[in-house]
Amino acid sequence: MATKYLQIHRLRRVYVWELPVRIYHWLNALVLLALIATGFYIANPLALMSQHEATGKFTMGWIRYIHFAAAYLFFFNFFFRIYWGFVGNKYANWRQFIPFSKKFFKEMWYVFRMDILMLKGKEHMSIGHNAMAGFIYFLTFIAFLVQCLTGFGLYAAMSGWWFPKLFAWVPNFLGGDIMTRQIHHWSMWFFILFVVIHVYLVFYHDYVEGRGEISSMGGGWKFIEEETFERGHHQTPNPEKPAKDVEKK
Amino acid sequence: MSNNASPTTQPSYYQEVERKGYSRRDFIGFVTMMAAFMGLEKSAIGQVVKALETKPRIPVIWLHFQECTCCSESFIRSSHPIVADILLDKISLDYTETLMAASGLQAEAAMKNTMEKYKGEYILCVEGSVPTGADGVYCMIGGKTSLQILEEAAAGAKAVIAWGSCASNGCVQSAKPNPTGATPIHKLLKSSVPLIKVPGCPPIGEVMAGVIVHLVTFGKIPELDRLGRPKAFYSKRVHDTCYRRPFYDAGLFVETFDDESAKKGYCLYKVGCKGPSTYNACGVMKWNNGTSYPIQSGHGCIGCSEENFWDNGRLYERASAFAGFGIESNADDLGKVALVGTGVAIAAHAIATNVRKHKLIFNLEKEGKQSEKELDA
Repeated sequence: MATKYLQIHRLRRVYVWELPVRIYHWLNALVLLALIATGFYIANPLALMSQHEATGKFTMGWIRYIHFAAAYLFFFNFFFRIYWGFVGNKYANWRQFIPFSKKFFKEMWYVFRMDILMLKGKEHMSIGHNAMAGFIYFLTFIAFLVQCLTGFGLYAAMSGWWFPKLFAWVPNFLGGDIMTRQIHHWSMWFFILFVVIHVYLVFYHDYVEGRGEISSMGGGWKFIEEETFERGHHQTPNPEKPAKDVEKK
Repeated sequence: MSNNASPTTQPSYYQEVERKGYSRRDFIGFVTMMAAFMGLEKSAIGQVVKALETKPRIPVIWLHFQECTCCSESFIRSSHPIVADILLDKISLDYTETLMAASGLQAEAAMKNTMEKYKGEYILCVEGSVPTGADGVYCMIGGKTSLQILEEAAAGAKAVIAWGSCASNGCVQSAKPNPTGATPIHKLLKSSVPLIKVPGCPPIGEVMAGVIVHLVTFGKIPELDRLGRPKAFYSKRVHDTCYRRPFYDAGLFVETFDDESAKKGYCLYKVGCKGPSTYNACGVMKWNNGTSYPIQSGHGCIGCSEENFWDNGRLYERASAFAGFGIESNADDLGKVALVGTGVAIAAHAIATNVRKHKLIFNLEKEGKQSEKELDA
């Protein structure tokens, strides 16, 4: 019996995504979906054939209301996530996203070779984000920022609240509302493409690694081979403990 | 700007109004109208009356560079005749190529005279953009380039008014590829003279008159927004003051210019109206004596008072061309192509995964199956 077990990996449970991160993730997904759908409608509304007077209808108004309400949720959710990047666990830390070290670039290059070019070699098993994913999320945060700036910039003119007014400089900076609207619309496509690739890669990792990638955003757990764990060979940059210390153990 | 203190011998505006044969009633009517346009409260009407009665008229130099004179045309068609007669006709303008009687050397002398005599007091109005390409040869008057004329005239001005989109944003001459290097004047003025932008192609005549009356009455430039436009006229979008706005909120749109919805006067958003992104007073003041404005006559706003409106998109569509991908393509076409491309790449990647990582996946499955067996055992 003992020989049989040698082939079987023992998995160790790691609590990767804390509850606030999971809430952030799913709220973000929901809100993004709403923003994309209502955004498309606002850009090109359906042709309504109606016998009603305009006074009895508020279709565009409701769609816009959902868009703006979702935008506020999106913004504050995003803001919260940045905060959590400073107080959350190491997998949520801001260092996971910003390429600040040689090691980060090295890992990105490795992920690129293993997962995209599909070269043969030792599989890369990260616990949190791998460096490539982290970097893509960093770009996504920049896209979030672009959407918040252009969106609230456009919204500023129709709001009496001070908060959107903080963004009133954006259209002036970009050369008017027309240009701002275009940038807002173009950037939206980044999110659509991101979602498609993101969902695919989650399935991909679950499929080739078998470590509960898909469900990790549900319960927060990921599983890692005991031997990998003990060797400390996982490549996730650890902001609190440099990788060398782990190896010494 | 304290015109009372200046040693001018100019008659006041009211004196000129009287000389022209207008009654006191006409004058008060004019003032009331202007005060309303400027968004002043009732008590300010007296202030405006007093200012026009006592303050000597401000000398004005009105320069024309690369433009079509539509701003001047709009101005002389301000709904109240006093605007044209008193502010413009022969009293205020010391130099303007289009309307002055003098020509050639006389005209140049008149301008020079005003610039010297009223240094630091006159208002410089600029209509048109300044060509900077080929050392400015595209627009020269009296042997000087537009830039030279502008710099000379701006140096001694109390304030500079950029009339219209040409002077404010460059308008059509600066549209791609901008062969003459047409440049709006705020990018060229080096002096610290206050600048008021009054964009529009043309701006509304009453807005132009309102800006001048404000300068005369209060002796200072009106409150400006971040872009240097008077807040009184450019703080709202055309969309916000549009009488068709309820149709927009209801989601009722004109699909084509000859459909039933167009007859019913629905919102022109889907046929390219730029009202939602254009800051102007058209919806409130309207044009030609308050008769109408583009949307009221069934045509969408083209956003003429917005920067780069010639290059920013098509007139009859919301989506604008995506530069470099053909004139008919827009961001959504490109996005769809990218989406299909992504789909294909994902499919290829999924296949490659099963080929290249076959062993890994096979082992995982084997391991899983073995565990399953052992569970039963």
